[in-house]
Amino acid sequence: MSQAPLLEIKHLTTKFSTEQGIVKAVDGVSLHIDPEETVGIVGESGCGKSVTAESILRLFDEKTTEYGGQILFEGRDLLQLSEEEMRKVRGNRISIIFQDPMSSLNPVYTIGDQIMEAIRLHQRASRRQAREKALELLRLTGISDPERRLRSYPHELSGGMRQRVMIALALSCEPRLLIADEPTTALDVTIQAQILELMNELKEKLRMGIMLITHDLSVVAQMCSRVIVMYLGEVVEEAEVTTLFDRPLHPYTSGLLKSVPQLDGRRKQKLYEISGAVPAMHEVEACCRFAPRCPFATELCRSKAPSLEEAEPGHRVRCWHYKDIQANGGGSDGSGLLVTA
Amino acid sequence: MTKYIVQRVLSLVPVLIVVAVVVFLLIHLSPGDPASVILGDEASEESVAELRSRLGLDLPLYRQFFVWFGGVVTGDLGDSIFMDMSVTEAFFSRLQPTLSLAVLAQTIAVGIALLLGIAAARRRGTLTDQAVMGFSLLGISVPSFLLGLFLILLFAVKLKWLPVAGYAPISSGLWNHLRYLILPAMVLGFMQAALIARMTRSSLIEALGEPYIKTARAKGLKPGVVTYKHALRNAFIPILTVIGETFGTLITGASVVESVFNVPGIGQLIISSIQRRDFAVIQGSILLITVTYVLLNLAIDLVYGLLDPRVKLNGGRGR
Amino acid sequence: MASLEPIAVSAPPGRGRIAWRRYFSNPLLVTGTAIMSVVALLALLAPWTTSYDPYSIETLNRLQPPSGEHLFGTDQLGRDVFTRVVYGIRVSLLVGASVTAIAGAIGLLVGLASAYSPVCDHIFMRICDGLYAFPSILLAISIVAIMGPQTGNVILALTIVYIPSIARIVRSAALVVQEKTFIEGLRAQGAGVFRIMGLHMLPNVLSPLIVQASFVFAVSILTEASLSFLGAGIPAPEPSLGNLLLDGKNVIFKAWWMTVFPGVFIILMILGLNLLGDGLRDFLDPGAGSNNRFAKRKKAVRRRRRRSD
Repeated sequence: MSQAPLLEIKHLTTKFSTEQGIVKAVDGVSLHIDPEETVGIVGESGCGKSVTAESILRLFDEKTTEYGGQILFEGRDLLQLSEEEMRKVRGNRISIIFQDPMSSLNPVYTIGDQIMEAIRLHQRASRRQAREKALELLRLTGISDPERRLRSYPHELSGGMRQRVMIALALSCEPRLLIADEPTTALDVTIQAQILELMNELKEKLRMGIMLITHDLSVVAQMCSRVIVMYLGEVVEEAEVTTLFDRPLHPYTSGLLKSVPQLDGRRKQKLYEISGAVPAMHEVEACCRFAPRCPFATELCRSKAPSLEEAEPGHRVRCWHYKDIQANGGGSDGSGLLVTA
Repeated sequence: MTKYIVQRVLSLVPVLIVVAVVVFLLIHLSPGDPASVILGDEASEESVAELRSRLGLDLPLYRQFFVWFGGVVTGDLGDSIFMDMSVTEAFFSRLQPTLSLAVLAQTIAVGIALLLGIAAARRRGTLTDQAVMGFSLLGISVPSFLLGLFLILLFAVKLKWLPVAGYAPISSGLWNHLRYLILPAMVLGFMQAALIARMTRSSLIEALGEPYIKTARAKGLKPGVVTYKHALRNAFIPILTVIGETFGTLITGASVVESVFNVPGIGQLIISSIQRRDFAVIQGSILLITVTYVLLNLAIDLVYGLLDPRVKLNGGRGR
Repeated sequence: MASLEPIAVSAPPGRGRIAWRRYFSNPLLVTGTAIMSVVALLALLAPWTTSYDPYSIETLNRLQPPSGEHLFGTDQLGRDVFTRVVYGIRVSLLVGASVTAIAGAIGLLVGLASAYSPVCDHIFMRICDGLYAFPSILLAISIVAIMGPQTGNVILALTIVYIPSIARIVRSAALVVQEKTFIEGLRAQGAGVFRIMGLHMLPNVLSPLIVQASFVFAVSILTEASLSFLGAGIPAPEPSLGNLLLDGKNVIFKAWWMTVFPGVFIILMILGLNLLGDGLRDFLDPGAGSNNRFAKRKKAVRRRRRRSD
């Protein structure tokens, strides 16, 4: 690796104490994001993607949450920072965009108030300067008639427009890292494409790293250079985008790939479905977590948990049987997927 | 906004009509002839007949209603049979103590309730929270007159800090005025505080769970700013509704407490009129009070429109 | 992504046992029923719980403080206060239960009819709005005062006052059910009005009705006490907790026991019923979250917001 990574997470665990006992939502996750790199994190709902993202900003109520491991960012471990130092990171050095633009903006304040609040929090700026900056951000995110929008309330805007505002808000202090948690899930397909396009553009302009959380593999193919697949709080596979799509080694990844509808005309093929549901976090036992749903599971998988191993340079996988799968040329036929992108 | 106001005002018309009909019919609930009930058993036949025609009781029911309703619309609520004044005069002469009491009680209630409600919501699930919930359960379970009696026992009889009952107008000095009002205001304030604190807690908890709160925290705002500027401003809309409603009940429903503490307000007027069978005063005061209550609710709705940008906008859009 | 079927965890234990376990894990409900059972037993077994007669006057024994002989002391006519409290609870329970039963039944019918027919809806709901606008105590007082202070009239007045709150709850619960497709389907099959209302809507409005009824029970006891305290309720020699307190107020300087003991029992009863109501709501509608006594108020607020949209 030529340069130090922008963000490096080492063995992160996030535990919540709930009424049913302690829930480990993230369990020993390690990953890194290089400067100006876009990394995708994929997995079904409930696999700990969002918790990982929000752990980076330490957004959980720390009375009921326990973090472990390290989150290294700009030479400091975020988990060691005081609450006050942490506040200087949030929204300033690292920003986050949430899934639902409908409810992520405060309904009783104008768009302008909300953006200016973030600017004035982290930068020395008069109201006038902050207003100018906010206008500029709205223009940057491609919002028409920004003067008027500044005075609008969130409910007066469409969903796509609100997500643009969320992006403007996130970029208000030119962060080094942008975390996008399912930024397009709640939007129409055409709007989705526009928003992704916008994020790509802005990444070039502002030279920031992006952590893109999604369950939509076509979004990953379009946006990311590297992908991390998570399952039940763990990283199960990590690889360059093309490698992952061509030669997925973890049966879960293959399952995800096969369940994407393909546009190459083979209509008769049944859409693949991973059997079973994601078990609740506290039901996890000492075994391969995917074993109950895995078509290749053996006695070994059911009795001992595999560790994350490097199958080839830059390609890591958590599976007892990856070598067999590798020998068979990857678990997916791999073809056609990129067509959807 | 105008459309919103017009809509709200129009929706009151049927309510007010029902109120008027019920108030009108009240007097006809009495077993037997209202005139002889008013005058008692010993009244002569002539005086009963005279009262009947004076009250218009010899007309058919629907004509009686229109005569009465015509009077109401023009502001004539009839005359008191026992006091030498019109019902409106009697009502407004008793308004000031009730208003003083309501304002003082509401100040106490809102102060206590916001403090407790916010504390409980921010420390959800802790001992503080449970104590606040217990307090508010007690507040809705203790009858007001009973709390009044207990406070009289404690502060007036045992400790002798405050007068047992009575009233002094503001003109006799502010302190003297307040001295008499503190106990009844505490009673009313405590009950209302229970309601408002519960509402504050639950709507603040709801607001704190909204996604925009996460956005605010992710901006790097301090917890205090997140709670007060972002969550409370949103939670305040339902809280305000309850505050308004409770203020309505304070003005209208303080009758029991007024009679315990002998405060010469509207409530006492109605109760003494009931004892004297002064039907015109009962009818008129209840009508005025209910209309006040309805109008207060209208005012709350309008303020609500000002507070929540989603309500404005010519009645269009919104979520 | 892959559409996934949930996995059954294990065979569910018997329904009855689950209900018991849920009952005992609900402290509000347990405390509420405990308080109410004790109070109710005390009152229902009145002839056995006390050896005095609530009406027998013993002028020699006036205003005696609590003692072994007279647990709660005696009143200004020498009557045993404990006995009068116990009989007063009977009256309170009688009034509360009658009001709840009558207002519950009428409110249920009105609510269902309003949910079913738009014409009924317009008429009944306007009337309910109008009745709702009155301060409840004042309306009840006026009705009783004009009709004459008798137990029956108190029950009638309170019933009129509390019908709207029940009708509204039933109506909104029934409207929710009515929008469900199965009712649509029944209609398409030609099921009659009464069949749909009785067999399909009724069971679904039952839990909100029960919860609301328990609160109406509490408020009508509270209001009855206020009415009697103001002298516009249960008439004099018959003991009710409210008129016991009225007697107590007149001698509050001399005989604290005449205020404290009836007072404590009123609080206990209303507290018990409120706990019962809160507990029942959690029990019958686990999704509703525990402190949502005011959920309906909030819903009203939302409705208001929507209406204005």
